[in-house]
Amino acid sequence: MYPRKFDYVAPSSLDEAFEALGDDSKVMAGGMSLIPLMKLRLFSPALVVDIARIPGLDTLDDKGDHITIGALVRHAETAASDLIRSNAAALSTAAALTGDVQVRNRGTTCGTMAHADAVADQPAGALACGAVMIAQSASGTREIPASEFFVDSLTSALNPDEILTSIRIPKSGDGEGSAYDKLGRRGGRSDYAVAGAAAWVKRSNGSITEARVAVTGIGTKPTLAEGVAEALIGTDGSASAVEAAAERALEGVTVLEDLYGSEEYKSHLAKVYAKRAINQALASI
Amino acid sequence: MATTSVMGGSVRRREDPALIQGMGTYVDDLQPTGVLQVAFMRSPVARAKITSLDTSKAKEMPGVAAIYTHEDVAHLGPLLAQVQIGKLRPLLADGEVNHMGEAIAMVVAENRYQAQDAAEAIDVEFDVVKPIIDLKEAASDAAKVHDELDSNILHTWTYHGYWDALGLEDQTPQVDAAMERDDAVVVSLEMKNQRLIPVAIEPRSVMAEYNPGYGRFTVHSSTQVPHALGGAISKTFGMIASDVRVIAPEVGGGFGSKLNVYNDEILAAFAAKDLGRPVKWTETRREAASSTIHGRGWVGTATIVGTKDGEFLGYKLHALADMGAYSQNFTVAIPLLGLWIASGQYKMPVSWTVDCVVTNTMTTDAYRGAGRPEAIYYLERIIDAYAREIGMDPFEVRKKNFWQPDEFPALMGCGFALDSGDYASNVDKLMEKADYAGLLRMRDQARDEGRLVGVGVGSYVEVCGFGPAVLAEIGFSWSEYGLPASFNGSGLVRVNPDATVTVVIGTGPSGQGHETTWAQIVGDGLGIPVDKVRVLHGDTREHPMGIGTFGSRSVAVDGAATYEATLKVREKAAKIAAHLLEASATDIVFENGGAHVAGSPAPRVEWEAIAKAAYQAHTSPEDVESGLEAHTSFSPGNATWPFGSHIALVEVDPDTGNVELLRYVGVDDCGNEINPMIVNGQIHGGIAQGVGQAMFEDAVYDSDGNLLTGSLLDYPLPTAADLPSFELDRTVTPTDVNPMGVKGVGEAGTIGTAHTIVNAVVDALEPLGVKHVDMPLRPKRVWQAIQEARG
Repeated sequence: MYPRKFDYVAPSSLDEAFEALGDDSKVMAGGMSLIPLMKLRLFSPALVVDIARIPGLDTLDDKGDHITIGALVRHAETAASDLIRSNAAALSTAAALTGDVQVRNRGTTCGTMAHADAVADQPAGALACGAVMIAQSASGTREIPASEFFVDSLTSALNPDEILTSIRIPKSGDGEGSAYDKLGRRGGRSDYAVAGAAAWVKRSNGSITEARVAVTGIGTKPTLAEGVAEALIGTDGSASAVEAAAERALEGVTVLEDLYGSEEYKSHLAKVYAKRAINQALASI
Repeated sequence: MATTSVMGGSVRRREDPALIQGMGTYVDDLQPTGVLQVAFMRSPVARAKITSLDTSKAKEMPGVAAIYTHEDVAHLGPLLAQVQIGKLRPLLADGEVNHMGEAIAMVVAENRYQAQDAAEAIDVEFDVVKPIIDLKEAASDAAKVHDELDSNILHTWTYHGYWDALGLEDQTPQVDAAMERDDAVVVSLEMKNQRLIPVAIEPRSVMAEYNPGYGRFTVHSSTQVPHALGGAISKTFGMIASDVRVIAPEVGGGFGSKLNVYNDEILAAFAAKDLGRPVKWTETRREAASSTIHGRGWVGTATIVGTKDGEFLGYKLHALADMGAYSQNFTVAIPLLGLWIASGQYKMPVSWTVDCVVTNTMTTDAYRGAGRPEAIYYLERIIDAYAREIGMDPFEVRKKNFWQPDEFPALMGCGFALDSGDYASNVDKLMEKADYAGLLRMRDQARDEGRLVGVGVGSYVEVCGFGPAVLAEIGFSWSEYGLPASFNGSGLVRVNPDATVTVVIGTGPSGQGHETTWAQIVGDGLGIPVDKVRVLHGDTREHPMGIGTFGSRSVAVDGAATYEATLKVREKAAKIAAHLLEASATDIVFENGGAHVAGSPAPRVEWEAIAKAAYQAHTSPEDVESGLEAHTSFSPGNATWPFGSHIALVEVDPDTGNVELLRYVGVDDCGNEINPMIVNGQIHGGIAQGVGQAMFEDAVYDSDGNLLTGSLLDYPLPTAADLPSFELDRTVTPTDVNPMGVKGVGEAGTIGTAHTIVNAVVDALEPLGVKHVDMPLRPKRVWQAIQEARG
C-alpha cells in the first residue's frame, strides 16, 4: 500500500493544469479511485495533477435547459441536490449508492465518470439521462455524449491532455422520468454493483416515445442497452411490455464472471434490474 | 459476591474518549529517532522451488540499510512459536515457498517507500510446482504438500481418542446402532464452513529496539499475547527473559489474528540488533490478507439420528479442517475447541472425527470462536434439517434433548462437564422476546402471498475461559518458548498511599474494555469509586505473567484472579481500619469510600486514612506488614460454558437471491455480568462477525493458489449499514468455576449466529424444497439454489 515515486502538482488554474498534463500524468479530483490503485502499485503515473484547488469547478448549476455538474462536485452533493433529484433521478440515486459516506464526501461525480470503472453506479445514470461530457484541453473543448464516453474497463474517451471539467445533463420535461437500481456486492444496494441499471423514459399520450436504458456491473463497461429502449418505445409501458423489453438488456454487452456472479447469474440480473429501473422510472413520472 | 450499583452497572468505557478522538497510541504512531522501516518481498506463487534469489541490485537502491534472506537468519532456526508438527515455517523462505504471501526477503530502509521499491527490485526465479489447494484433494494424499511428510493429514482428532489419558469410551458403535433402529430418522448433509480472513481495524505492527550496552530488547507490538512474544524472542536469541521487554500499547482489534507470534516480529528484533537502530514494520492490508492467519476452512458431513418424535439418538461428524502450509501458535489445536462442544447442549452419543489437513495456503489459527463456530454450525444446521424432516418445531426439538437444570454439572462424552445451564428457560425467554409465534404467523402469511420469508432459530453452548491446568497435559503448549503450559490468570491490586488504586493485569485488551471492567471489579470490592482505580496492562517488564486476551478468558480467569487479590487487600485493609477504629476486623464493612463497624455508620474511617496508615509502621497494627497490595494467581478447575439462543428473520428476493436480514434477536447467558453495556458490545460485534461469515465473507484461493480476495475490494465485511438493530436480552446462570460467577462473552455472539442465519434462509426457501445453501449466502448462491430447486 505504498505507491511508487511520483510527482505531484496542484495547479491554481485550468491553463496551468493543461500545461502540466502529459502522456504519463493523471488528473486527480477526490482521489477515491486513483489513490488506492497507486497504493496497490497497480497504476503508477509519473505525475498526478490535482485539480482540487482550481476555482470554479465545484459548482452544480442550473443553466436553464440543462444542468452542469463541475469536476469537483462530490458524490454527496450530487446525491443531495434537489436539482439533480428532480431532473435526473437516476444519477441522483446512483450517486447516493456510490461507495460509503467517506467516499461520497470526497469522491466526485466527474471523477467516477473519468475513471470509467465497469462496476460504477453513476456512469449508468449518466448514460440513461443523456449526459454530455465536457472535456477541455489546451487546444479547446470537446463535447462527448455519454454514449461515446465509456470505451472499456477503466478507459474513457478522454485524451491524456484533457480534463473532464463538467457534465451537462438535460433538464427533465413533461412526461419524463428516470431511475437507477442495483444489487450490491454485500447484498441489497451496498457496495459496488454486481449488476445495476438506469432507465430514462418519456411517455406521451399513454405510450413511451423515448427511452434510454443502461446497464453496469456485468461487463467491461457501463453500456447503453439500445435494444431495450428500441423494444420499449411505442409500447404502453405495461408490466409485460417492460419485461419483454428488458429481455434485450444483454445486446451489445460482454458479460464477465467474477466472485459475485457467474455469467448466467449476471446475465439474469441485467434483465431484472433493467426491468426494475424502467418500472421505477415510469412510476416516477 | 459483592453486589453494588457498580458491579453489574453499565459504567461508561473510560477507554473511549482517547480512542474515539484519535488520541490512543498504537505501534505505528511511534517514531523513535533513526527508526528504519521494513518491507517484505513475498511469494507471488503458492508453491515453488526458489532457483535463484539475487538481492544485489536491490541493495544498491536509495535508502536501503539491509536486505536479509534465509541464510542471514538460518542460525535462529524456524519460527519457534508454532505447534511443532508438520513442516516448520522458516523465518524466511528456505529454498522453497509453500503459500502465496510467504516471506522470502526482508528489506530494511530509511522509509517505507524505499523499502517497498527495493523489495520490488529483488530478482527471484521460481520453479513452480502445482500447488494443492482443495481440501479433499489434499486429504486424499494423491500428492504431497510437503515431500518430507508421510501424509497431508497432520493429525486426526476423535471424540474419544483425542486424549488417551482420559480413557474415554468410543461412542461410534452406539451412534451406528441407533441408525439401524426401525424408528430411526437419519439426516445427513455435507456442508462447508468457509475460510475467513480476520480483519482488525489496526493492522499488525511491530517495532523493535535493541540496546547493546544493556543487551536488552524493547519490542512494541500490536499483539494479544505480549508475554508469549517476549518468551519467543528471549528463547530465539538465547537471552534472559527479563532482558526482553514487550509492550502492547493500544491494540486495535485482534479476533485471534494477534494471538500469534509471527516471523516478522522475530525478524524485526533481529534486524534491530543487527543494524543498531529501531526497526518497524506495519503490515499492509494486502499482507494482512495473505500473510496473517486465516480462520475456519472446514468441509464436512454431519449426520444426526433420532426418532420420529424428536428424540436424538446420536450425532456424527467427519470433517476436514484446513491448516494451511505451516502451523502457528494453535493451528492443529483449533478443532479441539470444537470437539469439546461437539454434542452442544444435548444429551446424546457422539462420533466426531476431524482431520487436520495441510494445503498450499496461509496458515489457519484462532479466529473469533476458533473451532467452536465450526462445531456448532454443523450440529445446529443438522438439527434444523432433522426438525424439518420430522416436521417438528426446531425449538421444540432442541428443548426435548437439552440437558436439564438439575443435571449440571453435566458430564459429556468428551470428558468435560458443562458447568451450569438452564437451556430451556433461555429459549423460552427468547421465544417470548421475539414473539416467535407471531413471527411464524407472519412468515406463513408471507408465504401465502408467494414471498420467501424465513424464521431461523439456533442455540449454542461454547467453551471458554481457558483454562484449566489439566489441559496443559494434552501436549499443545507454549512451554517451548518460555511460557507456562497452563493458562493461569493473574492480577495485582495496590491501594496507593493516597487511596487511589493501581491494578496491574497480565492480560490486555484489544478493544474489550478491560480498563473499565477491572476498575469495576476492584472498585466494587474495596468500596472505592471506579474513577480512582487505574488499570495497567500490556507491558511484560512491569506486569505479572499473563497468557493474554483470547478464548473469552480474561474476565473469567484474570478477572477472577484480580477479584481474589481485591479480597486479600480488603482483608488487610479491614485489619488496619479495625486498628484505627479500635474494633474487630471481622466487624468492618467498606462502603462509600470508607469503613465502619457493621451496623454503626459512625465512627468511620476514610480510605485515605487506611491507605496512609498501611504504609506507616507507626500507624498500622503490629502484626500487619507495611503496604497495601496483593497479587493473586487463579487457576480454574474447569472452563466456563456460556450459552444462548438466537432468532433471525429474513426475506429472500426470488428474482435475485438477495437475502435481507430483517430482525435479529438474541438471548445469551454469560453468567453474572460486570458491565452489561460492554457485554452488549461484545455480543453486537460477535453477531456482526457471524453475519459476516453467513452472508458476506469468503477467503478464496484459485486452483493455482492465488488469493483472489487479497484486498477489502474483494473481501466484503459487514458494516453497520448492512445490519438491523440487534434485539438482545439475557438469562443469568452463574458458574461456580470462578468466584465471580462469570463466563466469557467475547466469542459467544459469533458462535451463535452463522447457523441461525442459514437456518432462516433455508426456512425461507423451504417451500421450494431447498435443503441447504453453503455460506456465504451471497445472492448468486441463493439464486442458484432457487434455480436448482425449480429445476
